[in-house]
Amino acid sequence: MTHALVVDDSRAMRSLLRQVLERLGLEVSEAGDGRAAIAAISAGPLPDVTLVDWHMPVMDGLELVTEIRRHKEWRRMAIMMVTTEAEHESMVRALLAGANEYLIKPFTPDAVIEKLCILGLEPGARQTTANGGSAA
Amino acid sequence: MIATTDADFRFLQQFLYERSAIVLGEDKHYLLDSRLPPVLRRVGSESVSDLVRALRRGDPSLETAVVDALTTNETSWFRDGAPFEALRRHVLPELVAENSLRRCLSIWSAAASTGQELYSIAMLLDAEFPEVASWRLDLHGTDLSTEVIERARTGRFSALEINRGLPAPFLVRYFRREGAHYVIADSLRSRVRFEQLNLVKPWPPRQDYDLILLRNVLIYFDEPARRRVLAAVRDHLRPNGYLVLGTAETPRGLVGGLVAVSAAGATFFRLEQAGDAASGRPAFAQAGAERAMPAGSGAGEASGKEEG
Repeated sequence: MTHALVVDDSRAMRSLLRQVLERLGLEVSEAGDGRAAIAAISAGPLPDVTLVDWHMPVMDGLELVTEIRRHKEWRRMAIMMVTTEAEHESMVRALLAGANEYLIKPFTPDAVIEKLCILGLEPGARQTTANGGSAA
Repeated sequence: MIATTDADFRFLQQFLYERSAIVLGEDKHYLLDSRLPPVLRRVGSESVSDLVRALRRGDPSLETAVVDALTTNETSWFRDGAPFEALRRHVLPELVAENSLRRCLSIWSAAASTGQELYSIAMLLDAEFPEVASWRLDLHGTDLSTEVIERARTGRFSALEINRGLPAPFLVRYFRREGAHYVIADSLRSRVRFEQLNLVKPWPPRQDYDLILLRNVLIYFDEPARRRVLAAVRDHLRPNGYLVLGTAETPRGLVGGLVAVSAAGATFFRLEQAGDAASGRPAFAQAGAERAMPAGSGAGEASGKEEG
């Protein structure tokens, strides 16, 4: 089963992401800041993907991504930023630090699914909706 | 809930069918509730009967507004993954190789909605096939809805739209932020053109295409309309061109002259050629310049041809 670690200081956001990910059949664990995330990853097992908020106490998202990418043994874990930081400069910084994908808050559940697909983590319960053009 | 008499619903069914061949099923009453209020406000009423009366009197702009309101424009970037993976790895390398002397490439997104499909193709070409930058490229998008075509032309997308399947490196590379929106690079926008087109009405003269994308549209038409549209689309496919339909759509049993080929988990249709049945035109025979898979796409290998 695909394992996702959700790192966000907002309990509501963690709960929302947990709902979306569990509905897709993922196993979900949570951390409230970067340092707690590092502890969880170190304790294992290694998540397949970590979803990272930017603004958090103790250790923020960008520091967390940088720290994760220092560990070669964690290299196969994908990182997706999930943040209100919508400026290009922020995206570039996150990608250069080692994030693989970037999701801007607010988002729809479909957007989470599509980002997981980009990361090669095709959710088993994926449902595509409607059509590509105009139709009733 | 908007009160609608059976007679008014039947009128709207017939009205939509005559203008778009889209079948508004009996189970689609909810569409009236969710989509007609803005149009009702325009006629200054909360009554569908008033709207129907206004339509009966004949008002082209109101007719357009109702068709726009009752049609769906769900879309995303690089939608469904597999077709775009197959385009990247097999179809586009083959078309680019075949057209290298002509230095032309024509691609038609026939149900373009707000443009994500065609802009995805434009980004893919720019990122992976730099050799076509100096070619005569015709990247053409059409849609029934004038409203979505206008939006497609602007190349402006909300954050919610940008989130839908656009890989972050493409967002950084091909978009700039303007307030709450993201705008596609002028260098890409200048390569695409959009126009309104009703697929079920007679088309103005148009060229043939190397690649036609007609995804998830036929499912909304009845069978006669599917036959007409598929035959017309087939007749605008270049001899070595490719047609992409939605995953639930097939020309089988509707029109002849098309054969299916599959690759990377996606199915494409090509014109049947003399000798196909005997010797078999190898699927993606010229895909020697196969592109590298993006990390973890999970797509399969080319798997040959079947009857369409």
